[in-house]
Amino acid sequence: MTRILAFLAALGRPVLALCAGVGRFSLFAFGAFWRLFAPPWHLREFWRQALRIGYFSLPVVGFTAIFTGAALALQIYMGGARFNAEQVVPSIVEIGILRELGPVLGALMVAGRVSAALAAEIGAMRVSEQIDALRTLSTDPMRYLTAPRLAAGILTMPLLILVADSLGIFGGYLVGVRRLGFQPDAYLQATIAAFQWIDVVSGLVKAAVFGAVITLMGCYHGFNAGRGAQGVGRAATNAVVGASALILVTNYVLTELFFGS
Amino acid sequence: MAETSPPKAAPNSPMIEWRDAQKRFGANHVLRGVDLEVARGESCVVIGGSGTGKSVLIKTALGLLKPDGGEIRIDGRRVDQLSEAARVPLMNRMGVLFQGGALFDSLKVWENVAFRKLRGAGRKALAEAKEAAIEKLRRVGLGPDAAERYPAELSGGMQKRAALARAMMADPEILFVDEPTAGLDPIMSGVINHLIREIVTESGATAVTITHDLSTLRTVADKVAMLHQGRIIWQGSVAEADADPNPYLRQFLAGRAEGPIEAVR
Ligand SMILES: Nc1ncnc2c1ncn2[C@@H]1O[C@H](COP(=O)(O)OP(=O)(O)O)[C@@H](O)[C@H]1O
Ligand SMILES: [Mg+2]
Repeated sequence: MTRILAFLAALGRPVLALCAGVGRFSLFAFGAFWRLFAPPWHLREFWRQALRIGYFSLPVVGFTAIFTGAALALQIYMGGARFNAEQVVPSIVEIGILRELGPVLGALMVAGRVSAALAAEIGAMRVSEQIDALRTLSTDPMRYLTAPRLAAGILTMPLLILVADSLGIFGGYLVGVRRLGFQPDAYLQATIAAFQWIDVVSGLVKAAVFGAVITLMGCYHGFNAGRGAQGVGRAATNAVVGASALILVTNYVLTELFFGS
Repeated sequence: MAETSPPKAAPNSPMIEWRDAQKRFGANHVLRGVDLEVARGESCVVIGGSGTGKSVLIKTALGLLKPDGGEIRIDGRRVDQLSEAARVPLMNRMGVLFQGGALFDSLKVWENVAFRKLRGAGRKALAEAKEAAIEKLRRVGLGPDAAERYPAELSGGMQKRAALARAMMADPEILFVDEPTAGLDPIMSGVINHLIREIVTESGATAVTITHDLSTLRTVADKVAMLHQGRIIWQGSVAEADADPNPYLRQFLAGRAEGPIEAVR
């Protein structure tokens, strides 16, 4: 009997901890969003963060997209060959990149780069009493630190993913034309023929949501970092893991919303 | 706005007041009933060993940590009960120098000093704020070249001075200073100590300074309070401190390993 109870307790504890964590994160997210809509805004902070989160992520995201598009084209060609359907390469590459791979892989790469950096930055600010200093300078840390980062994430991620989409399709095109023997005109025409606005728009909406997830996770773990250098390191790791997991889950939910039924 | 101003505290009431203040972190009972008053215009120096809760003590007064019990008043208002928004006007009257300086790494030194004035400031206001910041930096002995640098590019002593300039920027009525000389050489310590004394004497500000540096104690203090095991075990003037036979005080002031305060070795 006691064994069963101990077993149930061991099962219940992490579940409860998870629920508590989800609750705290939700409250944090709510507080951050609320500050987006009510002034005062820290615009200077916003521009700096937009540059840091968006612009400096361009190389990573572009690199990821171009090679993903290239590999995708190869795979679809090989797979398509089994059904004598090699000509679907341009359209499937396009749909795959726009709907899923562009936003999701791009966001995962940005999560690795940005969530960790935000968590470490804010965690270190906490350890060195900079958060306390903000409050004594009559500045709300959530407003000064979290809100501009969140806004930068939401607004720059769609732009980043737009670039990723273009480069991903371009990667597929390169492989299609150079390796798989497609005529350049024919490949482009097939791509244009398969184009649908919903594919792009759904991907960009996903990107905005992922931008929120990435920045919120980074800030949340930074504000809750333990004391000392170890606490900051753990916060960075947790931020990346949390952001990646939440990106995958919300991606499924959003795909269901856009294309389910 | 027809906002009812809070009841003015009587002019002879203390500026800062801890009544039976308690604070614990889990099993670590840090403040066990602190009673301390700091009069208007008085400079109180709190001494005590490392880890006795000196920083926690001022953080409870600043509203950065919520006490678990007792009452804390600043200018007659219960700071431990104020909401974040209601604390802002009070914060605007205070300057704080944190133990590590706590300058914002991402901002230049002058932007740190002028921080309160940066938000939403137009070009003209920004130029004025910068001028004022450079003037404050000059007072703590930092030139305009230091103002344009980032905190990480300054030495520890320069960072402390810049942080002091930031604390002084709004000409505060109340100054909290946490270990101003920790990690500084004796000469730099002397400079900082005299600066704090000057500010208090010139502007008539009320100050609480935390230290375990005896030179700070002698330069800055009107009143000395000793924190030990979560309580204020002694308080009085510097002259009284020198004359009092209290064994805790004697051990601390003489810096002896033997005595009632157990040295952790
Ligand atoms: N935010 C906190 N969380 C947990 N413990 C804390 C926190 N702040 C301080 N403490 C603990 O309180 C005690 C007193 O710390 P502190 O006030 O910083 O000492 P000092 O007198 O050296 O300034 C220490 O044991 C410290 O570990
Ligand atoms: Mg301390």
